[in-house]
Amino acid sequence: MTDSRPVLTMTGISKSFPGVRALHDVNFRLFPGEVHALMGENGAGKSTLIKVLTGVYDTDEGAITLHDEPVSFTGPMQATAAGVSTVYQEVNLCTNLSVAENIFIGREPRLLGAVRWGEVRRRARALLTRLDLDLDVSAPLGSYSLAIQQMVAIARAIDIKARVLILDEPTSSLDADEVAQLFRIMRQLRDEGIAILFVTHFLDQVYEIADRITVLRNGGLVGEYLTTELPQLSLVEKMIGKELDVLEGIEEHSRRDLATLEEGTPLVAVSNFGRAGAVEPFSLTIHAGEVVGLAGLLGSGRTEVARLLFGADRADGGQVAIDGASGSLRTPAQAIDHGVGFCSENRRAEGIVADLSVRENMILAMQAARGWLRPVPRRRQDELVDKYVKALNIRPADPEIPVRNLSGGNQQKVLLARWLITEPRLLILDEPTRGIDIGAKTEIQKLVTQLSDGGMAVLFISAELEEVLRLSHKVAVMRDRQMVAQLANDESLDADRVMQTIASGSHREEADR
Amino acid sequence: MNDTLSRYRTMTGHRLFWPAAVLFVMLAANTIYRPGFLSIELKDGHLYGTPIDILRLSAPLILVALGMTLVISTGGIDLSVGSLCAISGAIACMYISKQPDQSSLGVVVTALAMAMGVSLVLGAWNGVLVAVIGIQPIIATLILMVAGRGLAQLITEGQIITINSEPYRAIGLGHALTLPLAIFIALAAALLVAAFTRRTALGMIIESVGGNSVASRLAGIRSGRVIFLAYVISAACAAVAGFMMTANVSSADGNAAGLWVELDAILAVVIGGTSLAGGRFFLSGTIIGALIIQTLTTTVYAMDISPQTSLLFKAVVVIAVCLIQAPAFRARFSRRRRNVPPPAPVADKPKEQVPA
Repeated sequence: MTDSRPVLTMTGISKSFPGVRALHDVNFRLFPGEVHALMGENGAGKSTLIKVLTGVYDTDEGAITLHDEPVSFTGPMQATAAGVSTVYQEVNLCTNLSVAENIFIGREPRLLGAVRWGEVRRRARALLTRLDLDLDVSAPLGSYSLAIQQMVAIARAIDIKARVLILDEPTSSLDADEVAQLFRIMRQLRDEGIAILFVTHFLDQVYEIADRITVLRNGGLVGEYLTTELPQLSLVEKMIGKELDVLEGIEEHSRRDLATLEEGTPLVAVSNFGRAGAVEPFSLTIHAGEVVGLAGLLGSGRTEVARLLFGADRADGGQVAIDGASGSLRTPAQAIDHGVGFCSENRRAEGIVADLSVRENMILAMQAARGWLRPVPRRRQDELVDKYVKALNIRPADPEIPVRNLSGGNQQKVLLARWLITEPRLLILDEPTRGIDIGAKTEIQKLVTQLSDGGMAVLFISAELEEVLRLSHKVAVMRDRQMVAQLANDESLDADRVMQTIASGSHREEADR
Repeated sequence: MNDTLSRYRTMTGHRLFWPAAVLFVMLAANTIYRPGFLSIELKDGHLYGTPIDILRLSAPLILVALGMTLVISTGGIDLSVGSLCAISGAIACMYISKQPDQSSLGVVVTALAMAMGVSLVLGAWNGVLVAVIGIQPIIATLILMVAGRGLAQLITEGQIITINSEPYRAIGLGHALTLPLAIFIALAAALLVAAFTRRTALGMIIESVGGNSVASRLAGIRSGRVIFLAYVISAACAAVAGFMMTANVSSADGNAAGLWVELDAILAVVIGGTSLAGGRFFLSGTIIGALIIQTLTTTVYAMDISPQTSLLFKAVVVIAVCLIQAPAFRARFSRRRRNVPPPAPVADKPKEQVPA
């Protein structure tokens, strides 16, 4: 694997943006037939390095060679033509077009200028069969789940005769089975001699699939290692640049007793709450200071529960009691009036307003609650924004730059700050740690613990069971759009039991607790 | 040396640099062609000259474009402003023409109030169609664009209403402090809209709704109200512009008043740097955009370009202005950074697709 010559080398790459030094003198090489993991915290420069490689950005300094020839791509199209294909973290496909159209858009087989649709469909089917996907290639892509869309994006990338395949966070929205399927495909492609650059935040996945690891930190190169020679703990230390005692802190945190927490009047109590086609009617109580975890597979109705509780979607029926009095959660504005905040899992489409500055994004929910006639005084804005930029360690710490210039993890922190500024009584966090690095993840987990200690109720949704179990006082389990169980998180509860519940849908009798 | 270069970049990077540069080049070209172009003289206590004319004649366009800026910022578009100009002018002139004393201040104020009232109702109509019923803005306002012309004809009974009212005429042709009153009206409107949006949180909320309506809703913004308000403000601006247009000629023509002004206004907004896709808006840019368009019109007359080719000439200049502002286009001509042209930041394109 390492005895051949690298297919791709990047040497001395530097890249700056106004106010940010994104990359400084970074070297990177990629051999044919290997899976190479690029690791680093948010803002370490992973995305920038990939964008420099694929020609989205030009470099300030440094050189790239592909097959020993110097190259300088001026755009992703050119990179793709040279055999460097990329699948980005957020799926960049057109959901309104069919699966086949998405795979061949921009390079349809043509005859005398007319697209040969039969050929498009035939080749799409063949390609998907190779990936073991059984899809109707004429159906619109939007009718399939996000996970399937990701697979289609990979199908599109490998069909272009790729020699280098870049996968930027391909697994962040996939469940375990789908990850296994993806890895099978990755191994298959690797054995065909394709060099795969793999970016992920899941350490386990790195150790499962990667042959080699390159670590970046703060825009600089830390080193290149063989996976077998780098224990997981040292990898994390190299990524965050310090000893790892923060993680243990949360484990040791003594969890308050659920019964004590649930003594008083619930902050929010819903019963028979549901929406046709989204989630079956469920009942749930959330008390002040309580962290309720929501576990379940992708598509099991976790997000739907969150959206109903925030009024983002309207419930068909059921009763809502807030502080014991009957209330209503029919629009986000109403929910916010009751002190509910909601960080969506889809931060680009439903979270940030990309054009606005970091400051404006943070202040948005508070301003919306006050109404436009009562602007938050500028001095108060600056105070609040400063406080949260520091508290959440948002980088770069310039509140006036557009939020789109921040990395994904920092955008997530901006969204958290948006809600913390409103001092909510119930904060709904839908996958707040997805696609962000271990350092920021730990910070967010610590924050959740602190907030609930301070009396805030949190509804915590995550695909990672360990995370849910670590933080929650009570775990509600979703399965096939039903809330099948609510389990007190005491000593007897572990990941296995939650998995069993997810798998079998037992403990149904507890659902009406 | 390096410092000069970076200062140059900061300057050219400012969003008002290219519109202002275009305006400057136009004025310079005119001055070269006709050296007296910029001269201003004082006659009977009033200032006269081509620059003053440009300012005075651009006042209605500035007004319409201000409202249009807000609507476009929400991600919408208002095609009905031309018809609204005609309606407001028609109502005011019709009322005045029916009164025995057309020059009474009371009559004129009543006429303006009536016309403004009707315009606000029509703006609210647009707002309801877009924000409450959810019709696409381009279609919703197309209704009033077409129907409004008929409404204006109905008010004037198909005639051109001529009036003889000194206070009303002053809106278009009066003077104050040696300058045309229209300039002050446009300036006041600009300051008012700026204060209304930037001294409150309305501006930021409009930008948020236009930038990402889903995220804005989830942040608790009741976007319907904000969008509704933008169309009402647009209608109010158009109404005042309608007064000016009819006051200039002391007559109301339901067919001709404000014809195609919506297109000039959209152009002014885009030249000013506000994206047609919604989001950030720039009132000062819009004003410069309106001045560019009026200067262009004046240039066409001043250079004796035949009426047959004047529209073509205008189109060519407008295309050039838009190209100069596009970062991707400029990059092709300024290969400062070695062999690779700098990437075009997607969000900085001055115009994108019409949300339709």
